[in-house]
Amino acid sequence: MNHADNEHFSPESHISPISLYVGIWATLMVCTALTVFAASVDLGIFNIVVALLIATLKGTLVVLFFMHLKYSTKLTMVTVIAALFWLFIMFSLTMTDYLSRHWATAGL
Amino acid sequence: MATSDIQIAERALQHHFADMEQQQETSTFGMWMFLLTEIMFFGGLFTAYLVYRSSYYQAFVEGSQKMNIWLGATNTAVLICSSLTMALAVRAAQTGKSKTFTAVLLLITIVFGLGFLGIKAVEYHEHWTHHEFPGPNFHFETDDPAHPATDAVHTEIYFSLYWAMTGLHALHMIIGVGLVTWLILKVLASTYSPAYYSPVEIVGLYWHFVDLVWIYLFPLLYLISKKHG
Repeated sequence: MNHADNEHFSPESHISPISLYVGIWATLMVCTALTVFAASVDLGIFNIVVALLIATLKGTLVVLFFMHLKYSTKLTMVTVIAALFWLFIMFSLTMTDYLSRHWATAGL
Repeated sequence: MATSDIQIAERALQHHFADMEQQQETSTFGMWMFLLTEIMFFGGLFTAYLVYRSSYYQAFVEGSQKMNIWLGATNTAVLICSSLTMALAVRAAQTGKSKTFTAVLLLITIVFGLGFLGIKAVEYHEHWTHHEFPGPNFHFETDDPAHPATDAVHTEIYFSLYWAMTGLHALHMIIGVGLVTWLILKVLASTYSPAYYSPVEIVGLYWHFVDLVWIYLFPLLYLISKKHG
């Protein structure tokens, strides 16, 4: 092994500029203020919808840029998407059960 | 690259990997796999929340009105700030900034983390003294005498989930503070270089994940409906 071979020991990894991190941070802070403001308006059942949409936007930014998923290998991306899909299966199959249980007694 | 950096990489490279790039990709992927099992771990609690919230909506609304939205929002901001300093610490390790600089960023991250836990403790104390803890001493009344509690039995389920979800999250925060403390010691001992900083990267992933969980807990527990008062 050639010890002077720098290629061998320097992994190629993406370096994000500091301005990007600060920009993401500022966006997350604005979104937090926005979600608190939205909670002061009565939207009925849509209060939680708005709050979750903002949370999903914030979560996506954290995962893509703070956690570097945007610059990760395709294998990592596919695995993350698979996990979200499995989470979705757990939510949807559980809810199809619970939401339809009373149908039998309601005579539908 | 300085000679010492190559020595650090040489020491760090495990014999079963072809090169540092393969080793780093593998450890990052391994951490992601762990975090995805964590998603399913928290996911069980989120599913329980979904089931009971859809069954006892009004009881959950009344419970969530007891949350202090300002403390919750402050804690969200504190965690976002800690994620920024963590991301900058990872970048500092990646670009070979001085070990003092990296360590200071990690230390600020810990201070934010402890700040979060302190604010959470204030909230817990408030709920505890108001008997908003599930069990034989549970007692629930709304703040508005004109609208008494309609379904206190099921509001207890809301508080069970509140304590379980935020408690599990707080446990992750405590573990995170321990991991970052360990990182600071390793950084100060000159363990890392731009060629080998995987532990900083994957503890960073863990820290951001814990932030991510809170980003969802905050709306689900604090912002179910319009805040009164």
